[in-house]
Amino acid sequence: MKERAMSNINRRQFIKMLSSTALLTTSHGVAALSRKPDSSGRVVIIGGGFGGATCAKYLQRFDPMLDITLVEPKQRFITCPFSNAVLGDLRDIDSISHGYDAHRKRGIKMVHALANDIDPAKRNVTLNNGDTLQYDRLVVSPGIDFRWDDVEGMSASMAEKIPHAWNGGPQTILLHKQLQAMRDGGLVIIAPPANPFRCPPGPYERASLLAHYLQQHKPKSKILILDAKPKFSKQALFMQGWEKLYPGMIEWVSGTEGGRVTRVDAEQMTLYGELADHRADVINFIPAQKAGVIAFRAGLVDNTGWCPVDQRSFESTLQPGIHVIGDASLAGAMPKSGFAANSQGKVCAAAIVSALHDSHMPEPSYVNTCYSLVGPDYGISVAAVYRYSKQQGIYKVKESGGVSPMNVDREFREKEARYAHGWYASITSDSFG
Amino acid sequence: MNTRHLSIPTTLLLLVLPGTAHTVDISPGAMLANSCAACHGTDGNSPGAIPSIHGKTADFISKSLKEFRSGERDATVMGRHASGYSDEEIKLIADYFAGLK
Repeated sequence: MKERAMSNINRRQFIKMLSSTALLTTSHGVAALSRKPDSSGRVVIIGGGFGGATCAKYLQRFDPMLDITLVEPKQRFITCPFSNAVLGDLRDIDSISHGYDAHRKRGIKMVHALANDIDPAKRNVTLNNGDTLQYDRLVVSPGIDFRWDDVEGMSASMAEKIPHAWNGGPQTILLHKQLQAMRDGGLVIIAPPANPFRCPPGPYERASLLAHYLQQHKPKSKILILDAKPKFSKQALFMQGWEKLYPGMIEWVSGTEGGRVTRVDAEQMTLYGELADHRADVINFIPAQKAGVIAFRAGLVDNTGWCPVDQRSFESTLQPGIHVIGDASLAGAMPKSGFAANSQGKVCAAAIVSALHDSHMPEPSYVNTCYSLVGPDYGISVAAVYRYSKQQGIYKVKESGGVSPMNVDREFREKEARYAHGWYASITSDSFG
Repeated sequence: MNTRHLSIPTTLLLLVLPGTAHTVDISPGAMLANSCAACHGTDGNSPGAIPSIHGKTADFISKSLKEFRSGERDATVMGRHASGYSDEEIKLIADYFAGLK
């Protein structure tokens, strides 16, 4: 085909013609085409967590004619939300594991492989099974990776002894086993990282539900939180809850008062702080974080370690045609949470569909709510509605949001605990169902 | 249409002919209302403890959101959400849910 003719039809139509011709000469069944015959574009999504799974589902809902492929190594995704409930013995791991059957039923192609590399110029993704996927638009939702080198003595292999349990899965199970095996009267240390990191209230919910477990089974035990930060999410609410439910069990050390860990000795089960050394029976050291590894390979990361995006569409400002959502993205005022990733997945899906159809995208609206369980019947939350402006990027709507009130009755906390479980049922069905 | 019964040349013609394009417009109501799904379930069908809003009338949703926003109706978190939306946006959300099948 001459180049002149090529310019008169778009690339997508051309590839469609080629693939149709090639396949029809070898196969009579249209269903055997690897690509939807009338597809309005090929979208590949890397990462099947809250961001990627939601984006795939809403892309399909917005435009059933899209050719959508979701790349995720795991057959079942174990969520970080409610993994603290597994650690606290309130739930089992199966109840926080989610497959992709609903995605398959929607016609989304599931590829259980690891994305090794992205070629932005050729618009393709290379997988660890040797396959290459072509895309018109790519969504990267890789979650987090760890900055192992930030603290002396810490490494990926050390996490087999002192788990971070900051991805749902084997690490959750490992920490759970260590807690089960611990003696009564033992010390558990939780060491949360500096900002920004995934799930800001997570370490403190973890302290709460571990305290609940220890109170039931090993009541002489204690929890020490060695924090890199001077303050934390929902701090007053957590502390009020701890005093009420677990008096004397949880001690929090601020980053400005010796909480910051400067060295880890996993063999000696010791964390070194600026003022003191702390030996413990179980250590949950949560390293500082950065965007998932594929984002680095594709040149999507700036010097913050995260991915700058146009916060209206989540298209990378470094690599056109590639969108980054979820924890890995720099999403203005939004926190790094499963809820935020779900919300961003929908906005990103709308942006991609609008771009492929050259239609107008409505003004984006985003939302986040983080529920935390302080105890099985004691829930607290923080919420906000977000909008976009060119000057501010994603900003919180001033009138919206905030945290649960202090000093409310038991019924209010019980209700929020019930809603926390309800939220989990809803968001996992909205993302994976 | 069952393309399996068409001859190969006909199928090929259908596949390469222009005119298969369709337009997709995402409404402002859908954009706003999709935010609700993370707690209330996709299309407002909640599988758990949070109330479903699927199948509710526009009046019901609009009135509820405005009462949450003003504090007239007690809530745990809905006041903090409803305060993020204008009257016009509440109407778009309410009409979107009411229009779902």
